[in-house]
Amino acid sequence: MFRRLAFPLVLFAFLNAFTKPADATNVREFVLDNGLKILLLEDHKSPAVTFQVWYRVGARNERDGKSGLAHFLEHMMFKGTPTTKPEEYSRIIAKNGGRSNAFTTSDQTVYFATMSRDKIGVEIELEADRMANALLGDSYFEPEKKVIQEERRLRTDDNPASALSEVAGAVAYTVHPYRRPVIGWMDDIQNLSRQDLVDFYKLYYAPNNAYIVVTGDFSTEEILAKIKSAFEKIPRGAEPPKVRAEEPPQRGERRVILKKEAELPFILMYYHAPNLKSPDNYALDLLSVVLAGGRSSRLYHELVYKKRIARNIDADYSGVSIDPTGFSVTGQLMPGKESAEVEREIDGLLEKIKSELISERELQKAKNQIESSYIYAQDSIFGQAMKIGYYEAAAGWRMMDAYLDGIRRVTREDIRRVAKQYLDRDRRTVGILIPTKEKSQ
Amino acid sequence: MIRPKLSRMKKIVRALASLCVTMTLAAPLQAGITPKRSVLSSGMVLLTSEQRSLPMVSIELLIDAGSRYDAAGQEGLANLTARLLTYGTKRRSALQISDALDFIGASLSAGSGEDTASLSMTVLKKDLATGLELFAEVLTSSTFPQEEIDRQKQSVIAAIKAREEEPGDIAERRFAAALYPKSPYGRPVEGTEASVQKLQQKGLREFFERAYRPNRAILSVVGDISHEEMTRALDEAFRSWKKGEPSGSPLVPAKHGPAQVIRVNKELTQANIILGHQGVGREHPDYYAIQVMNYILGGGGFSSRTMDSIRNEKGLAYSVYSHFSAERKRGEFQLVMQTKNETAQEAIQIAKEEIRRIREAPVSEQELSDAKDFLTGSFPLRLDTNRKVASFLAQVEYFQLGLDYPGRYPDLIRRITRDDVARVAGQYLQPEKLITVIVGDLKKIGEK
Repeated sequence: MFRRLAFPLVLFAFLNAFTKPADATNVREFVLDNGLKILLLEDHKSPAVTFQVWYRVGARNERDGKSGLAHFLEHMMFKGTPTTKPEEYSRIIAKNGGRSNAFTTSDQTVYFATMSRDKIGVEIELEADRMANALLGDSYFEPEKKVIQEERRLRTDDNPASALSEVAGAVAYTVHPYRRPVIGWMDDIQNLSRQDLVDFYKLYYAPNNAYIVVTGDFSTEEILAKIKSAFEKIPRGAEPPKVRAEEPPQRGERRVILKKEAELPFILMYYHAPNLKSPDNYALDLLSVVLAGGRSSRLYHELVYKKRIARNIDADYSGVSIDPTGFSVTGQLMPGKESAEVEREIDGLLEKIKSELISERELQKAKNQIESSYIYAQDSIFGQAMKIGYYEAAAGWRMMDAYLDGIRRVTREDIRRVAKQYLDRDRRTVGILIPTKEKSQ
Repeated sequence: MIRPKLSRMKKIVRALASLCVTMTLAAPLQAGITPKRSVLSSGMVLLTSEQRSLPMVSIELLIDAGSRYDAAGQEGLANLTARLLTYGTKRRSALQISDALDFIGASLSAGSGEDTASLSMTVLKKDLATGLELFAEVLTSSTFPQEEIDRQKQSVIAAIKAREEEPGDIAERRFAAALYPKSPYGRPVEGTEASVQKLQQKGLREFFERAYRPNRAILSVVGDISHEEMTRALDEAFRSWKKGEPSGSPLVPAKHGPAQVIRVNKELTQANIILGHQGVGREHPDYYAIQVMNYILGGGGFSSRTMDSIRNEKGLAYSVYSHFSAERKRGEFQLVMQTKNETAQEAIQIAKEEIRRIREAPVSEQELSDAKDFLTGSFPLRLDTNRKVASFLAQVEYFQLGLDYPGRYPDLIRRITRDDVARVAGQYLQPEKLITVIVGDLKKIGEK
């Protein structure tokens, strides 16, 4: 139903908060001659197989004026090949009892289906076909453009918090393409041409710029043979251009205000932070849990429970990205409260964590939360495939192995140090949603 | 790359979840799940499915304590009761409860719907004793401290306000109010600001004492534990939980509201539209034929007719779907979509045309077999997590489908014919009863 998602990281936020994936040690890696990498994780607890093709291309690879291109192409990948009619892909998968979808992020574009072991071959053939032969049919281009514009209205234009995060992102980054919304600016979507899509497809959709992740109930030998026979014949493509943009260090706080019809104010603080390639990523993960993991966490307890000035509060660090990312604190206010007050309270608690050590028990509690989530996450084969995929794009799937050890080694001093280093007001963007109301009825 | 929690996302997830509920309920168990059922001496029904592959346990409790019991003027009582369960017991304060849960990395959440309330927990096997103790404690000895009542009232009132900025949510509430006039089912589970303000400690405690009783509860447990182990653990944890008055049967709505058009003006770029009317309860014999018919109309994602005509051909919407959701004794049909204000009328026309078409002309053999193949073929795959299995088992019990339901399901679907589809389309899609809700910029929509 909701295939072709623009912001999966948000949708999967429940996994993202503080969960990490299955044992990397059980993942097996193979590489075909054409450069296609295959990552397999057998898990026989349920009779389903998740098959995913990850292209190493997303909004990060777009140029100015062409925002939304990666996501638009993802939509058009369902418009058929010489052997599969437009929109027939989804019907074939459904008829075979499967569920399929696709999504685009800043870093990647992903296509997937979950099916039974005896039917997964259908998906493998279809994915290989559209990697090489997508038609991106001309007559489907304009109607699909309208669909995407409706998607943008639904997700961003009529959604106050989402609109705030878009404009704050455009301010937090000046050089790096993370400043652009994945779905694209409305005018850019309007101005994209079919030729843009064709060029983008040719440049980025090649086996050497993709990898496959399969998890679930299959035998490695059997599935490998199927993948080989479907994908091996696709020729290697030219090396796609690398994105080399680096965000210069921020010097001084940036603030952005959005006035929009809404009921309650919303506040967002976005601090630049390193990704998982930095050893500090473990402490940053734990810091987010200490601040907002559960009702007994610092921000939740003070702002939501005790002082009752925020309806909800969240601290999010997701270091699993290709380029340096951010640490964010977000919250929706209680009715009648001022954003200045909430900001002051958040700042007070952040200052405290920068100057005083958290207790041993608090650290242990955060570690326990991460370790239990790590196990809960293995309950879903789809979730496991997602984690392998994200890690592979960001720093290679083998990084998953280091995760729990990295978490266990973090000390209270580390938490204080990373808080001090990264929760720096001069390196943050503060976004505030001010509700306006025009009740005409 | 800035990713706050988006309220709209929750809405989409919820829409998807409600779709899944229908499907999940229509789905047999995956291979290898061997559920066991027993009735404990307290009257509580226990269902378990042993899954040893991960050291974790998922627990789901359904209890006959929904908002349908809310008296007029007391709307929101059941919801507030459920919310307060984890905010104070005879032994522990709200903070002690949340700290204990957070320390073992367990999740425990409570909430209420119209017919039932629920309590869910996920906990590591090694911490099951601690988790279960907390689970039992909130069910048997919640104290509803005044200070916490005041807090939660404020929080519910804020939630009511926050929902006003979710256009899909506004449409849902207006639809329910129109479909179930003068019925608890037409009122929001949370109540209104005025009714929540009026709720008192005495009323909460009384409702808790009366409704939260083991003989009104279904407990479903999936994970690293056997039926026997769980029974022993429950005997220990729930020793003090005594039987109360038995469950009442869910209400059959006395009457449904008439066809009407409801317009809500908001400064939005899109019109949020619901077309719908009453459906059938889960116990109705035509339930399965209706699910097959609806798959073809708008339930089958990209395999459905409305997706084809409204999204793919015309580019009018990103999301368009229909569903026949079913509670035990009542159900609803809804066709839900969003399109820019300017094309709202056109999208509504096409949707109505699709409803007319499936009523008047038989579906093709191909459409029928595709629908049946998906519904039966996806059955072993949908229950792919312990949490989903736990909630599925609780619902199998609640809807009295029997543990042999998984085995029977494929036949229930396969026997549906084109004639059945034509018959149920003619009978249960009722254009003359359609309630239309439009939330958007009415001027641009042409409704003003």
